Amino acid sequence: MISLSHYLILAAILFVISVIGIFLNRKNLIVLLMAIELMLLAVNINFVAFSHYLNDLSGQIFVFFILVVAAAESGIGLAILVVLFRNLSSIDVEDLDSLKG
Amino acid sequence: MEFKTTLFYIFSTITVLAALRVITARNPVHAALFLVLAFFNVAGLWMLLQAEFLSLALIMVYVGAVMVLFLFVVMMLDINIERMREGFWRNLPLGALVGLLLAAEMAAVLSGRYFGIASLPPQNLPANYSNTKELARVLYTDYAYPFEIASVILLVAIIVAVMLTLRRRKDNKAMHSSDQVAVKARDRMRLVKMAPEVELPAAAKEGDQA
Amino acid sequence: MKTLYLLVPLAPLAGAILAGFFARLLGRAGAHTITSVGVAISFVLSVIIFQDVQAGHVFNGAVYTWMESGGLKLEVGFLIDQLTVLMMLVVTFVSLMVHIYTIGYMAHDEDNWPAGSKAGTHSYQRFFSYISLFTFSMLMLVMSNNFVQLFFGWEAVGLVSYLLIGFWSVRETAIYANLKAFLVNRVGDFGFLLGIGLVAAYAGSLDYATVFAKGKELATMTEAVTGWPLVTAICICLFIGAMGKSAQFPLHVWLPDSMEGPTPISALIHAATMVTAGIFMVSRMSPLFELSDTALSFVIVIGAITTLSMALIAIVQTDVKRVVAYSTLSQLGYMTMALGASAYSVAIFHLMTHAFFKAVLFLGAGSVIIAMHHEQDMRKMGGLRKYMPITYATMLIGAIANAGLPPFAGFFSKDSIIEAVHFAQVPGAGFAYFCALAAVFVGGLYSFRLIFFTFHGEERFRHAHEDHGHGHEAHHDDHNDHGHHGSVEPHESPKVVTLPLILLAIPAIASGWLIGTILYGNWFGNAITIAEVHKGMATMAHEFHGVFGMMAHGVTTLPFWLAISGAATAWYLYIARPDLPAVIKQKLAFPAMILEEKYGFDRFNDWFFAGGARLLGRGLWKGGDEMLIDGVMVNGSAGAVGWFSGLVGMIQSGRIYRYALAMIFGVVAFLSLWRV
Repeated sequence: MISLSHYLILAAILFVISVIGIFLNRKNLIVLLMAIELMLLAVNINFVAFSHYLNDLSGQIFVFFILVVAAAESGIGLAILVVLFRNLSSIDVEDLDSLKG
Repeated sequence: MEFKTTLFYIFSTITVLAALRVITARNPVHAALFLVLAFFNVAGLWMLLQAEFLSLALIMVYVGAVMVLFLFVVMMLDINIERMREGFWRNLPLGALVGLLLAAEMAAVLSGRYFGIASLPPQNLPANYSNTKELARVLYTDYAYPFEIASVILLVAIIVAVMLTLRRRKDNKAMHSSDQVAVKARDRMRLVKMAPEVELPAAAKEGDQA
Repeated sequence: MKTLYLLVPLAPLAGAILAGFFARLLGRAGAHTITSVGVAISFVLSVIIFQDVQAGHVFNGAVYTWMESGGLKLEVGFLIDQLTVLMMLVVTFVSLMVHIYTIGYMAHDEDNWPAGSKAGTHSYQRFFSYISLFTFSMLMLVMSNNFVQLFFGWEAVGLVSYLLIGFWSVRETAIYANLKAFLVNRVGDFGFLLGIGLVAAYAGSLDYATVFAKGKELATMTEAVTGWPLVTAICICLFIGAMGKSAQFPLHVWLPDSMEGPTPISALIHAATMVTAGIFMVSRMSPLFELSDTALSFVIVIGAITTLSMALIAIVQTDVKRVVAYSTLSQLGYMTMALGASAYSVAIFHLMTHAFFKAVLFLGAGSVIIAMHHEQDMRKMGGLRKYMPITYATMLIGAIANAGLPPFAGFFSKDSIIEAVHFAQVPGAGFAYFCALAAVFVGGLYSFRLIFFTFHGEERFRHAHEDHGHGHEAHHDDHNDHGHHGSVEPHESPKVVTLPLILLAIPAIASGWLIGTILYGNWFGNAITIAEVHKGMATMAHEFHGVFGMMAHGVTTLPFWLAISGAATAWYLYIARPDLPAVIKQKLAFPAMILEEKYGFDRFNDWFFAGGARLLGRGLWKGGDEMLIDGVMVNGSAGAVGWFSGLVGMIQSGRIYRYALAMIFGVVAFLSLWRV
C-alpha cells in the first residue's frame, strides 16, 4: 500500500535533486531556473499528497496558486535572463558580480 | 502488488531519473525536454492521488506554457555549451554532501509513524465524485479573494515581461502628445538683442571711389 | 597665650614665604633680615612659653579642625608641655644661630653656580626661605597634639631636607644625595604610616590624649592580620619611621650623603633638629612604648648596632664633614639606646646637649672649609690652630663634649645613657651596654682625630697648593676656586660666622649642668610615662648626688677612662707618630676596606633596590606597556576587529550565486536545528 510517507519521500528526493542541481549548475542560468521549477514541483507533490490523505481540499487550492505564481515567476525570470544575455552575452552566474565589493 | 502501487513506482522512478537528467544534461534543450518528461510523470502521480484537475492543469499550464517558454529562450540565446561545462563536476562533492544530508534528515522525519499507513489511511470516494466541481465550489467562494489577487499577479507578470525586454525602434516617428504638451516657450525661442546696422554717410562713399 | 603659641610656628613661616616669593624685591639683605627676625621672634616667644610651662600651665587644645571623616577627626592642635617646650627652645635657638651663620657662609654663593644658571638666581634668598620653612615644619612637628599634624611636620621636614640637600641642584652628586635621602626616608615613613593607621583603626582616634588613655585597653588586643600583640606592632611600626628619620641602621645610608648640602643645613637639620624628630616622637609615645617590652628591645638593639658600627666608620673618613656626620649617627644611636632603656628623659637630655655641641662641630667645620677655600679633605689641612683661634677653641670644646669628658655637657648626658642601659632589663640590654662602652672609646678616638688632623701637625695645605693649579677638580663637593687671592694663608672667618660658634659653645659646656633639674627633678612630669617594671631611672635617681658628685664619681668609672684612652690613642697616632696610621691601614687592609665601603650598604642598595626597580620598570615598560597594552589590547583589539570584519565581509561578496548558496545552507541548518 502506498502511504503518505511514500509521496513525501518522493517529494523530498526531488527537492534534494534540485538543490544539487543548483550546486552543480553555476555556469548555466537556464538550468538553474529549471531546477527551481523542480523545487516547486516537489512542493506541489507534497501538497497534493497531503490533500488526498487528509481529505482536505485546501492543499489542492494551494497548488493552484503555486502554479500561478510559478508561471509568473518563470516568465519574469526568463525575461530578465533575456535582457541579461543582451547585455552580458553570457549566462554564467559567476559573471553577475557588479555588486562585488 | 496492487496495480496502483506498480504505477506509483513506475511513475516515481521515471520522475527521479528525469530530474537527474535535467540537472546533468549537457545540452540545455535536452534538459528542458527531460523536465517536460518529469512533469508528465508527476501529472500521472497526481492522477493516482485523485487530483485530476490539477494533473491536467499541470500539463496544460506548466508543460504547455512554461516549458515552451523555456524552450523558446534556450533556442533564442546563442550559448557556448563547451564553456558552460567547465568545472561542472568540481562542485559535486559539496553538493552531494549537502543533498544527502538534507535527504537523510527529511527521510528520517517523514517516514515516521505520523505519516504512515496506520495513521493516515487513504479514503475511498464515491464514484460520481467530481474533483473539478469540488475545487470550483471552494475556489469561488472561500478563496475568491486570493483568486482575484492571483489574476492580478498574472497581469503584473505580463506587463513586466513586456517592459523588461521592450526595445523601441529608433526610427519611429510616432508622436508623443505628452511631450508636446509639456513643451515650454523657453525651449523653442530665444530673444537676442543686437545693435542696429548703421549706414555710412554718402560723401565718404564717393570720396573712396574717387 | 594662645596667640603666642600660634605665632611661634607662624613667624618663621611668614619669613619663609616673604623671602621665597619676594626674593627680587627684598634683595639679599632684606631676605636674611626678615627670616632671622622671624626665627628670633619664635625664640623669644619660646622662652616666654618656657617660663609659663615652668609655672605649671600645660596646654592641649585644637586650633582648627581640618576635616572629619567617619568618626576620625583631623585637626591642627597644640600640646605645649615640658617636652614640647624643651624641643621648641632647642629648635629655635639652633635655627637662629644657623640663620646668622649663613649670612656669612653663603655670602659668596653666586660663585657656586655656573654663569647664567636659572636655578642660581636669588639662591641666597631661596636658602633663607628654606631654612625658615624648615623651622616652621619642625615646630609644627614638636608642638602637635595629634598624629596627623605630627605626620605633616614629619613629611614637611623631609621635603625641606630634600630641597636643601639638593640646594646646589646643578651638581649631580647633590641630586643623587637628595633623592637618596628622600627615598630612604620614604621607607621609614611607610612604616610610620602603618603605625598611625593601626592607631586610627584600633583606638578610633588620632588625638594623643585619647590614644594614650586607651593604652591599657590596647595592650590586651592583638593585631588582626599577623596576630602580633597590637601595641608591639604599633610601636615597632612607629619606630621604623624613627629609623628613617633619625637614620638608624639600616636606614642610615642617607645621612652621610646629605653632607652634599651646604654646611649650615648639615648643622641645623642633620645634627640638631630633623634627625632628632624620631627621638622626640618615641619619647612622646612613651605611654605606648612602655606597654611593649618587645618594642623596647627592638629599639635598644637597633640603637646599639648603629652606635658602634657608625663610630667605627668615622675613624677612616677623610672628609671633615663626613667624620662629623658619622659621629652624629653614632650619637643618635646613643639616644635610641636610651629610649630602649626606658630612660626617655635621658634621651631628650642627650638630644639637647648633642644639638649644641654637634652644631658647634658642624659650623666650625664650615668655618674651616671657608678658610680653606672650600677644601674639605682633612689630609690637605693641618696646623690651622694658629690661624683660626676662635674656630679652634670652639671646635675643641665641641670635640671634648662629643667624647664625653667632664665637665662639658656631653659627659653628663652620655654617662647617664650608659648607666641607664646598664640598668635596663629588656632583652638585648647587655649587648647594648657593650656597644655603648666600645663606642665611647671609638668616640674619643675619632673626635680627637678630627681635631688633631685638622688643627695640629704640619701644614699640609702648603704642599697641596703647589699642585693646586692642575687638577683642582677634586672628587669632593662644596669646592669652588675663589681665585687666587693675594694670600694663600688661611684666616679666621668673619664675625657673622664666629659669633654663632661662640654662642653655641656656651651651652655645649654648660647645658650638662642642668642634669639635676631635668632628669631627676621630675621636670617632665606627665609628658613622659615610665612603667613600674622599668626601674632604670628610679635607680639612677637614687644614686644621683648632684653635678659635682657625678663628676667626681665619673672619673672613677670605665666610660671616662675609655674616653681618655681614645683621646690618647688619637694623640699618639696623629701627633706623636703620624706615620703610623698608614702602616696600620696596610696591615689591617681588609677591615679598613670594609669600613671604607661603609659595610657595603650603598653598593647593596644600589644593586638590589635601585637596580631591581630599574629592572622592574623596564620589564613593565617592554612587557607590560609595549607588549601587553599596546600590542594586545590596543593594536590587538583593532587588529581583531579588522580580521573579523574581513571575515564578515565575505558574506557581502556581491556575487549572486554565493547568496543562493547561503540560502541553501541556511535551509539545511534550520532543518538540522529543528530536527534536533
